[in-house]
Amino acid sequence: MLKDITFGQYFPGDSVIHRLDPRIKLILTVAYIALLFVADGMIPLLFSILLAALAYALSKLSWKLVLRSIKPIMPIVIFTAVLNIFFIDGEPLFEWGFIKITDRGVLTAALMCVRIISLIAGSSLLTYTTTPIALTDGLERLLKPLTKIKVPVHELSMMMTIALRFIPTLIDETGKIISAQKARGADMESGNAIQKAKALIPILIPLFISAFRRADELALAMECRCYRGGEGRTRLRQLKMAGRDWVAVLVVAAFFAGVILLNIYGPGVMRL
Amino acid sequence: MAKEKFIEAKKISFSYPSYDGEIPELVLDDISIGINEGELLAVLGHNGSGKSTLAKHFNAILIPTEGKVSVDGIDSADESRLYEIRQEVGMVFQNPDNQIVATIVEEDVAFALENLGVPPEEIRRRVDDALKKVGMYEYRMHAPDQLSGGQKQRVAIAGIIAMRPRCVVLDEPTAMLDPKGRREVMSTIKQLNSELGITVVLITHYMDEAAMCKRVAVVDDGRVLMDGTPREVFSRVDELKAHGLDVPQVTELCWELRKEGYDLPSCVLTEDECAAAIEKLLKGGAQNG
Repeated sequence: MLKDITFGQYFPGDSVIHRLDPRIKLILTVAYIALLFVADGMIPLLFSILLAALAYALSKLSWKLVLRSIKPIMPIVIFTAVLNIFFIDGEPLFEWGFIKITDRGVLTAALMCVRIISLIAGSSLLTYTTTPIALTDGLERLLKPLTKIKVPVHELSMMMTIALRFIPTLIDETGKIISAQKARGADMESGNAIQKAKALIPILIPLFISAFRRADELALAMECRCYRGGEGRTRLRQLKMAGRDWVAVLVVAAFFAGVILLNIYGPGVMRL
Repeated sequence: MAKEKFIEAKKISFSYPSYDGEIPELVLDDISIGINEGELLAVLGHNGSGKSTLAKHFNAILIPTEGKVSVDGIDSADESRLYEIRQEVGMVFQNPDNQIVATIVEEDVAFALENLGVPPEEIRRRVDDALKKVGMYEYRMHAPDQLSGGQKQRVAIAGIIAMRPRCVVLDEPTAMLDPKGRREVMSTIKQLNSELGITVVLITHYMDEAAMCKRVAVVDDGRVLMDGTPREVFSRVDELKAHGLDVPQVTELCWELRKEGYDLPSCVLTEDECAAAIEKLLKGGAQNG
């Protein structure tokens, strides 16, 4: 049961999107999010969604994943929509007692919903197509300039790497501790929520103790391998920009230009 | 003046810092030991004998409270040259899971080199080389948790030898492995010494592993009890037993038989030797009888 837990939501593949430089993917994801907010009105917004759709198609991932990523945020979407519909002033479309629905309200709600859904769906593609380790690596390199203002970028990414490295080890260990406690007569299935929570204590305490012991040994092993922080460190894997990375940048830039043009010259329908 | 040994511990004592004004207990008590370049030394002792503490002095993880350790002429207390020592004397620990840092085998092997600021092309070359030497090259893109214990330990060894150290200290590297993993790791260790000329210090409590080495130092209660070839050390069965240590099974068999009055050599180390000695005895006995 514990073996099935996967960290992150990476779906292996060999598509163009998978092979993009993680730094580029991070930057372009941020650019895509910016694009959604630059888009003024429904037509430019739908146009910018084309970008996410294109990326999905290229990634060769199942379209069902889009639904999967949207599902958990549906309550937020609905909540935002309801708020916008009822509380924004404009030409009333419908009035009943103190309830008033306006044209501006409906439009704002629609825009917000489309925006949030496409934001989540589009940016999920980043974690779907990038291994957690490549993502950490890309982030470290992108944020490197921040070390100048004393942000511990290297330390954060090292912690992330070690966490990723130890997740399977600790999951394995949890399984062993559960078996060991069951063999000693621990009852983990019956009882109400409080009793079940209490039954977790004999699992968590040994797990914590062992995690601290592991951390201690790992620190020693790292010292033996001359670890002394991020300064002067080189890397085995170098990230190099390939042709496809530049193409991706150009495509996103083209979409940006398109959205701005639509904002200025596009039809004036469905705008705020 | 005699040429200085590669690693030289002179009259070192060590105790962990004490709290609440307790009198600190000496873990190492006035130990002197020298290790020559190219040696294959086993440090033997049971739990709590101080053998792991001694090992940690060889690469400046611990600094003696009294006395002095020098590695290739560098005083281990000299903090400015700490990383020179750590690079020359690598260390492998008992639990392979707790010394692998990265999520991909080859990145873990590269870890020390990345820390040392070696250029990327050179890292690539040395990583591939180290992985080939321990026979794990085909697994370079695997995640560590897909490997067996023996394989993980070999990856840990590769991570050390990629630094190109002159000495590797292994602290009970086989204690958590199954028999197959133990065999794999032991043959890798012997190969490091014989083919690459790396000085090996093997901390162990397995007698048969110590018997494979060229020199054995027995540590008990923070002191070096014996220091010599396995033959010399394991022939002193009574003394070893008095300190709660065992001898290899075949040595013990011959020793027991000698006590019963059979004429067998006192320093048998391998099964083949033992079989030959007993066969000789039986044949001789048959002729006499």
